[in-house]
Amino acid sequence: MMEMNEYLEVFIEESKEHIQSLNDQLLILEKEPTNMDTVSEIFRSAHTLKGMSATMGYQDLANLTHKMENVLDAVRNHKLVITSDILDVVLDAVDQLEAMVVDIASGGDGTRDVESLVAQLNAIETGEHQEVDKSSKTSSKPVKNNDSSFEKLDQFEWAILQQSEEKGFQNQEIHIRLNENCLLKAARVYMVFEVLEQVGEVIKANPSVQELEEENFELDFTVLLVTKESADDVKKRILKVSEIEDVSINLFELGVSDDVSEKVDEGQDKATEVTATAEKTAKKPNNGVINNKTIRVNIDRLDALMNLFEELVIDRGRLEQISANLKHGELQETVERMTRISGDLQNIILNMRMVPIEQVFNRFPRMVRQLTKDLGKQVNLEIVGAETELDRTVIDEIGDPLVHLIRNALDHGVETPNEREAKGKPAEGKLLLNAFHSGNHVFIEISDDGAGISREKIVKKAISNGVITQEQANTLSDKQVFQLIMASGFSTAETISDISGRGVGLDVVKNTIESLGGNITIESEFGKGSVFSIQLPLTLSIISVLLIEVEKEKYAIPLSSIIETAIVSKSDILNAHNKKVIDFRGKVVPLISLKEVFDVPGEQVEEEFYSIVIIRKGDKMAGLIVDTFIGQQEVVLKSLGDYLKDVFAISGATILGDGQVALIVDTNSLIK
Amino acid sequence: MAEMSNETVKAIIFQLKDEEYAIPVQQVGSIERELHITRVPQTPDFVTGVINLRGVVTPIIDLRKRFGIEASEYTDSTRIIIVYISEMEVGLIVDAAYDVIDIAKDAIEPPPEVIGTVDADYIEGVAKVDSRLLMLLNLDKVLSTQDYKELNNLEG
Repeated sequence: MMEMNEYLEVFIEESKEHIQSLNDQLLILEKEPTNMDTVSEIFRSAHTLKGMSATMGYQDLANLTHKMENVLDAVRNHKLVITSDILDVVLDAVDQLEAMVVDIASGGDGTRDVESLVAQLNAIETGEHQEVDKSSKTSSKPVKNNDSSFEKLDQFEWAILQQSEEKGFQNQEIHIRLNENCLLKAARVYMVFEVLEQVGEVIKANPSVQELEEENFELDFTVLLVTKESADDVKKRILKVSEIEDVSINLFELGVSDDVSEKVDEGQDKATEVTATAEKTAKKPNNGVINNKTIRVNIDRLDALMNLFEELVIDRGRLEQISANLKHGELQETVERMTRISGDLQNIILNMRMVPIEQVFNRFPRMVRQLTKDLGKQVNLEIVGAETELDRTVIDEIGDPLVHLIRNALDHGVETPNEREAKGKPAEGKLLLNAFHSGNHVFIEISDDGAGISREKIVKKAISNGVITQEQANTLSDKQVFQLIMASGFSTAETISDISGRGVGLDVVKNTIESLGGNITIESEFGKGSVFSIQLPLTLSIISVLLIEVEKEKYAIPLSSIIETAIVSKSDILNAHNKKVIDFRGKVVPLISLKEVFDVPGEQVEEEFYSIVIIRKGDKMAGLIVDTFIGQQEVVLKSLGDYLKDVFAISGATILGDGQVALIVDTNSLIK
Repeated sequence: MAEMSNETVKAIIFQLKDEEYAIPVQQVGSIERELHITRVPQTPDFVTGVINLRGVVTPIIDLRKRFGIEASEYTDSTRIIIVYISEMEVGLIVDAAYDVIDIAKDAIEPPPEVIGTVDADYIEGVAKVDSRLLMLLNLDKVLSTQDYKELNNLEG
């Protein structure tokens, strides 16, 4: 049972990957319906998925994939041309597959009613679907026709055949049928090839040599042979191989065969394209293996590695201290070396936890496609910087906010094609998803060329909602006004739709991003579009903090929430409603005594000067009274564990260089 | 307890004031000498704080406070016993930890109910080994804050 579970985990993981790849490739296919490379890729994923699910005993999953595979096979063999309608059905099928996998992952048996889908797929496969392309019929004909199984020759093959003809060789198309009782088909094929290689050269085989080796054929196969022997001789030689039912040889004439010549006449370009794709497909499996030299490691193990490494860092600190005291040359040298190596090690370990943001982005093309269809809009999604890496913990959290922002952009941002044309914009809207690194942060921008945000509308609404007053409205900058739409209970959309916007949402997005230690800003030009820009820390496990001291206790305040530090004289502290406040750059900022909040033991001493850390949460600010500033430091964020969860105003802990634990202040909960 | 070895329970013995308590060895991760403890504000008062246990921030409970025994200075023999309970790692401060013994199962009796004392449900049983009286702890109950509040309320 345990072993099965282990397989199950792998199965689920890999299934998800294949489903993702199906989604990706199908969308590419929609844009480039003739890209056979993509079709092969899709086919491979479907095929693997089918095999895995059949092995694991998930029949529905296997059946559905099988049907899908058939359709794709038809596409691959040019019997079918991909249309948007066919793609819809196939994507539907992929959705069902995904639902099944999710069901299996949550302990279900992965069964689902897919009859209608299977029927649809069947219909497509058998050509009942309206959209069967005419040209595909003509090209499918020769496949059944013995006269020429090779309607598609690439330039290279063509050249060889032409040359050989000129030099007096014969191009023979040999059709071979194996005995029905033949058990070792591959072996027979091998023997036939052996014979053929003695008399000439095999240019091409249908099915392909690989498929023949894998016994991926019924009983018939055809090869194209270049030889000087006569057809009769070749036939006799082949018939010497046992279990051969029948051999028929036709001369394969170049130029005479209409199909072939037409194809080539159509343009060399096309032929080269075919070659190129053929070569690519042939090479791909190899490349894939090289690129995917990875192993799956449980994140817990990486965490354990990280913990051990931090221990090492702490001891390293002690060693450095000792060697500095002893002033022993060799010891100092060794410690320095060790310090360097462990620095490199730290980078590697941190990097291991980094995941490309692609993992989040790759579900968006599908989503955008669906949404634009539902909304009757035309939008071209462009993704830039999908390879940008973020810490695993951030990746896990950032998905939902992004989904929300994209929905928002499609729903409220980009206009309908009619509106757009009326405004003199192209009917197709643009949505750009851009991720990039800058300093210690990752930026994600979601920009659209849609309607933009109307300042007037927001101000009007904010005033009527009592969020701001008219006087405030006059002093606010555009940026500040736009921030208002992320205040809770605020929605400017005139129509409430299913896609986005019920007034909840953008505030959730904002909160999520802030809880990740990031922030979000909006830029917009009315009528031209908007840019939502998210700034995130590279990693949640290592953050920059300001270490401060209250009595004998050390606390860490994340730099991301600090505006600045100040030393304020007692006389500058004012009282408002029994609360201490200061005037900070023209703003009234309330003061919070960390000593009181944290019940720090020690006497209350009235001092002449106060050390204050100004923190912010969105637009609001507060001043934290501390005893001393120790300094800025990069620290590793640690959880307090399950037993002490939800401690007020503490978001976690960190281990300092001397091995002691310092608590990290959750500034967000200190500002209401 | 039923699923443990048929005859005996291997237990770590520790001391609080002048009484001896026992925890099954399976639940004990390690025994540490006193480490620097960082206080965590706004937690129950028996939670002394957190320590850095080989890179893992581990909460520490003062068993004296938890059991309502008067506090005492930490001494050379003070130990922190790291225990694992329902996938949590928690350290317990005890006066001394010095022994691992096998307790015969049939030597374990349910805790005596004495009139006039608080019925502390974190005592799972009492075992008499030679002349020693050992109290077996139910660690889940030790960690829960539920009956601690009740205990405090009772004592006023």
